[in-house]
Amino acid sequence: MSSIAVPQSAARARTTLPATAYLVAALCVAVSAIMAAPLLLSLLAAIKTTADASAVPPQYLPGRLSLENFRTVFNYQAGLPVYVGNSLIVAAITIAASLVLAIPAGYGLARFAMRGKELAFLLLLAPIMIPYQSLLTPLYLDFAKVGLANTYLGLAIVHTILQLPFSIFLMRNNFESIPREIEEAATIDGCSSWRRLIYIFLPLSAPGLVTVALFAFINSWNEFLAALIFMNKETSFTVPILLVSVRTGNHGAVDWGALQAGVIISVIPCLLVYLLLQRYYISGLLSGAVK
Amino acid sequence: MKPIAGQREGWLYLAPALLFVVVFVVWPLGQLVAMSFTDLSLLGGGKNVGLGNYIKIWGDSGFWRALTFTSEYTLIITPILMGLGFLLALLTAPNTALKKFTRTLVFLPVVIGLGSSSLLWYWLFDEQVGLVNKFLVDVGLLHEPLIWFTKASVSMWAVIISITWKVVGFGAVLFVAGIQSINKEIVEAAVVDGAGYWSRILHIVLPLSLRIILLTTLISAIGSMLAFDQWYIMTSGAPRGQTFTAVYWVYQSSFVSFKLGYGAALSLILMAIIFVLSAAQIVLSARTQRP
Repeated sequence: MSSIAVPQSAARARTTLPATAYLVAALCVAVSAIMAAPLLLSLLAAIKTTADASAVPPQYLPGRLSLENFRTVFNYQAGLPVYVGNSLIVAAITIAASLVLAIPAGYGLARFAMRGKELAFLLLLAPIMIPYQSLLTPLYLDFAKVGLANTYLGLAIVHTILQLPFSIFLMRNNFESIPREIEEAATIDGCSSWRRLIYIFLPLSAPGLVTVALFAFINSWNEFLAALIFMNKETSFTVPILLVSVRTGNHGAVDWGALQAGVIISVIPCLLVYLLLQRYYISGLLSGAVK
Repeated sequence: MKPIAGQREGWLYLAPALLFVVVFVVWPLGQLVAMSFTDLSLLGGGKNVGLGNYIKIWGDSGFWRALTFTSEYTLIITPILMGLGFLLALLTAPNTALKKFTRTLVFLPVVIGLGSSSLLWYWLFDEQVGLVNKFLVDVGLLHEPLIWFTKASVSMWAVIISITWKVVGFGAVLFVAGIQSINKEIVEAAVVDGAGYWSRILHIVLPLSLRIILLTTLISAIGSMLAFDQWYIMTSGAPRGQTFTAVYWVYQSSFVSFKLGYGAALSLILMAIIFVLSAAQIVLSARTQRP
């Protein structure tokens, strides 16, 4: 399976030119090292002792291994479990809301012929054109009025706004790619459209559902500005806001080791999810960006 | 074939998502417009001031400086991200084990949070405990540690380096898909004709990837124009507000100075700028099919 950059005949040429092949391999190794270095260095700083992590001048490698920094983050203010819990609950609501809204919408768009359908589709995609950053002020005021400020649901609603166009787009494409013959038999048997959705479409759409949930999770877990504005009580922080708070610290001096321990904790779920579900992630990215 | 079901049923499936967008996007947008004509603040007010806010923006040198700074940042980083992304795509497009591994690592930082990566790089660039300075001094590129975050022009490069690491994989992975979808026979023919590697890239790969490059450029530029997290975390606008971005200025006006009406007017101007870019993106992706 050679691709464009090295077609068959070029591959043959390459065997006669080992120098180029070595150069390309060396470049790959160098690029990999550069990309991995910051995260590795952060991990190494996190497992230093608190004093070593703030030493001037710094050392690349820990002199002595220690979990001190992780302990500091774990016990920071209300305690790490509270903040990880906040982030996970918001992400879970975002995943649920994205699916609950996007599945029927995608189904309606894929399988029903209504007048004005494409106009409705455009309206549903509108949030792409409106930066959510600019909607935060009115949403903040509205949420404060109805008691949604500093709540999981409030922040999850904002995160769902961000996810919805992509999710609907993906579900529509997903349902449209399912052959009509499969559902025709069910229609003849008198199966309602709702039952067809539940028993025929959903089981065939697992990859689409995983992709929607995956993006909802990663984007909600990582989102910063809305969390900064909406979750302004010390106990309602999400993980990214906790990190900024760790940096500010209690006495002005930055606890560098604890900060990197926090960074490591915050990236682990994303890296795990990505490495396990890489296929869905890349295909989702391609269909979202390129259409 | 006859459409499977009628009008009303289809609309029922679309209803939840449409309702959500109307309540949480369209309605707040209307509120934002209304708010922009008032002197509403978080402390009270709300008197109609007509076009007062817009007239004030005209003379708000802080906003224009922020907008200029954001545009400058976008104009510098976009070509870097696209150029480097394309080179990385050329390097890693063939599906060999080493190249797939490199591709995975190049993309890895894309999935972590912008907040996490900014705090990671804030530490790496610190003038005392940061490893960037240590590395540059160790290899002899610097004589003494550089202070990265006191001058706007130096901060700019620190942020650009960190963001390049963070998001270069986004473009790279889309470009890989573009390159891999190019018909191999065309390339084979060029090889037979004696075209060298770079000549094939220039005359075949680049023109055939043009649409995907343009789309990615727009997506990337929109993201940069809306930059906030990295500047909030790494420079906090320092020195003397020289590194405020447009979104940061809106945040500052609305949630730090509490001038909500004024912030709403700023938001709408920013929205209009982004609208032009995203309209171009949508036209481009709707007019043409997959590469």
